[in-house]
This record gives sequence, C-alpha cells and structure tokens, in this order.
Amino acid sequence: MVIYSVYVVNKAGGLIYQYDNYVPRAEAEKTFSYPLDLVLKHHDEKVVVSFGQRDGIRVGHAVLSINGVDVVGKNTAEGKDTLEYLNDPANYPVSIRFGRARLSSNEKLMLASMFHSLFAIGSQLSPDVGSSGIEMLETDVFKLHCFQTLTGIKFIVLADPRQSGIDALLRKIYEIYSDFALKNPFYSLEMPIRCELFDQNLKGSLEIAEKAGNFGAGS
Amino acid sequence: MSRQSNRTTDSKKMNSELFTLTYGALVTQLCKDYENDEEVNKQLDKMGYNIGVRLIEDFLARSSIGRCQDFRETADVIAKVAFKMYLGCTPSVTNWSPAGDEFSLILENNPLVDFVELPDNHSTLVYSNLLCGVLRGALEMVQMAVDVRFAQDTLRGDNVTEIRMKFIKRIEENLPAGDE
Repeated sequence: MVIYSVYVVNKAGGLIYQYDNYVPRAEAEKTFSYPLDLVLKHHDEKVVVSFGQRDGIRVGHAVLSINGVDVVGKNTAEGKDTLEYLNDPANYPVSIRFGRARLSSNEKLMLASMFHSLFAIGSQLSPDVGSSGIEMLETDVFKLHCFQTLTGIKFIVLADPRQSGIDALLRKIYEIYSDFALKNPFYSLEMPIRCELFDQNLKGSLEIAEKAGNFGAGS
Repeated sequence: MSRQSNRTTDSKKMNSELFTLTYGALVTQLCKDYENDEEVNKQLDKMGYNIGVRLIEDFLARSSIGRCQDFRETADVIAKVAFKMYLGCTPSVTNWSPAGDEFSLILENNPLVDFVELPDNHSTLVYSNLLCGVLRGALEMVQMAVDVRFAQDTLRGDNVTEIRMKFIKRIEENLPAGDE
C-alpha cells in the first residue's frame, strides 16, 4: 500500500509544494540494432513510442535515456534531435531506456491550478447550498484525496485505492505545515515551501501512514 | 517506532517568565528605536498581524474547529479555546452591542504584563498591542475583517484589561471554494 504523491496548493491555486514518493515500476532498458523496430514520434516535447511493443516497452512510453545519458526533452544530451540520431545507422548499436515519462514541474503546476478550479466547480455543481469542493477523485490506479483548510490552502494526497487513514494523514500534514513551514520566520506565506524540516517530517509521516495502513490509531 | 518530530500537541513546558522577559525586551527596544509611542503601537500591531496569520493555521490544525456560523460563536471560540490554548487564560465575553457585531473580552490576568509597570512618559503606549494584531491577522485569514483595540488596560490604572472587538465585514475576495 503506497502513497504516491503529496501536493500543497495555496489560496490562489498555485502549487507551493510537491513530493513524489514512488518509483515508476515500468522502465526497460534494451540494446537495439539498426533498424529500430519501434515507431517513435514527437509528442509534447518528448519522444514517445507510437507503435510497437516488446519486452516491457509499451506504446506511450517515452525515451528516457540513450546509452545511459538522460535525454533533454526532444534532444539527446548533446543537443541533437533524438529521432534523427536514431535514424542514423552509424549510431547503432544503441542502448535506450524507455519508461513512463514523469511529469515535469511545469506540468505539475498546470495540473495543480486546474485542480484548484475543478475543486470550485465541485461545490458549484452541488444541488444543495454549502457543499464542499472535491474531496476525493478515484481512478482504477489511484485515489486522490483533497483537504481544504478554512484559510483556503489545499492538501492533496495521491494514494493506492486500498490505502486507509488518508484523512488522518491529511490532518497530520496540515499540522506539519503549520509547524515547520509557518513557524519558520523566513518562510513567506503563499510562496513555495523550501524548508528541510518540513520535507523530513512529511516523509516520516508518509512512512508511518504506509506502514500502519491506518494512520492515527494510537498516536 | 520512534517519531522524528517532537509531539508538540501537548505544549512544551516553557518558563512563562522567559516569555514575559522576551516580550518586555521587544517593547523596550522598539521604544528606543522609534521614540514615539504611537509608532511603537503601530509596529506592535504589525508584528502581531504577522504572528496572527500564521498562528491561525496552527490553531485550526490542532483544534479541528470548523467554521463559525456567526460572530457570537467566533467570540466563544476565541475566548474559550484560543486564549486558553496560547495564553493559558480564559477571558470572559461581555458587553455585546445591540447589533451583535461588537463585544469585549475581559482578561483578569494578562501573561504579557506580569511584573510590568508603565512609566509616566509612556502613557499612550499600548503595551499589549501585539494581541490586537494577532487577533486581527488570524481572523482576516478566515475571511473576517475586524477592528481590535484595548478599551481598558491594567497598566494604565484600570481594574481589568478589556479588548474590544468589532466585526467590520466578511472578506469576499478569494473565498475558499465551497464557502459562499
């Protein structure tokens, strides 16, 4: 039972803290010879597999590194276009690592503000007055839990659907925020949280929540 | 399984005299720096405001109190929960205005002013003005604009310390979703 990520969104909808707790399990590194039997294409500043599936490499996986060196967007580390590089037989044999691309920080920022607006829509759609915003979002792979404080800060936790005790965990993260972020006089409100003690304590409470499965009992 | 964080839900015992001394040092230094009581009062209010906007989250995180429905509930929560939690005293709520938008908090003992006497040349200094700023800042973060001032002060010869709080308006900008 895993807790995948924690997001903290400020009153204006900006992401002020983000922590990823998971390691993408689906990654595959293979050595290829010319010609490449996978069809690659550009998508969203990345190079992804559009056709061809083998050995753990699936459609939608992005090129993560070539010959052990991480790629930078669409280009190799040296700045050459990845597709051109892989079309040149002189560069083979080549070892490419494929995997599910992680979200970049810009994408996370955008998704957080989008969630902020959707959260408000949740309360507007309500048939009755005084509904809260979105508290939980469920997919078949994860559950997203959201807790909004009276002051407008949102704490969002993405976890395994079977993980219990997330409500208590959200309250605990609120306590950790009020302790290690707010009581740090050098932290300005609404700004990105860059406090080491906050990170440490957050990680600690995530570990406790994962192990206990039901955080809060006996604490 | 040991925890990394100190469990500060039970308040760490600290010498309240150190707290009184610290606050006293702060006020006297401000007096030396600004040399003008009005200016010092303003600075104390500003400092209190900065404390208040942070303290409210700590208060909400630890007390799990929900949103108050009206100003009377707010007054009760401030007097019975907040003051108790942070200053260890429970002021009484009195002198409600007919419209229900103004009330007084009467404190019998104010921990900030233990052992303090105001000299004559600082007769307009509101020594505990930090508290006014704290209350103002904290309530602003939960979308209430209030005016807070000291109506009576034991340091200036009155029998009790009285803080007068007046509700001005509800802050409608940037309301958290779901609170309209």
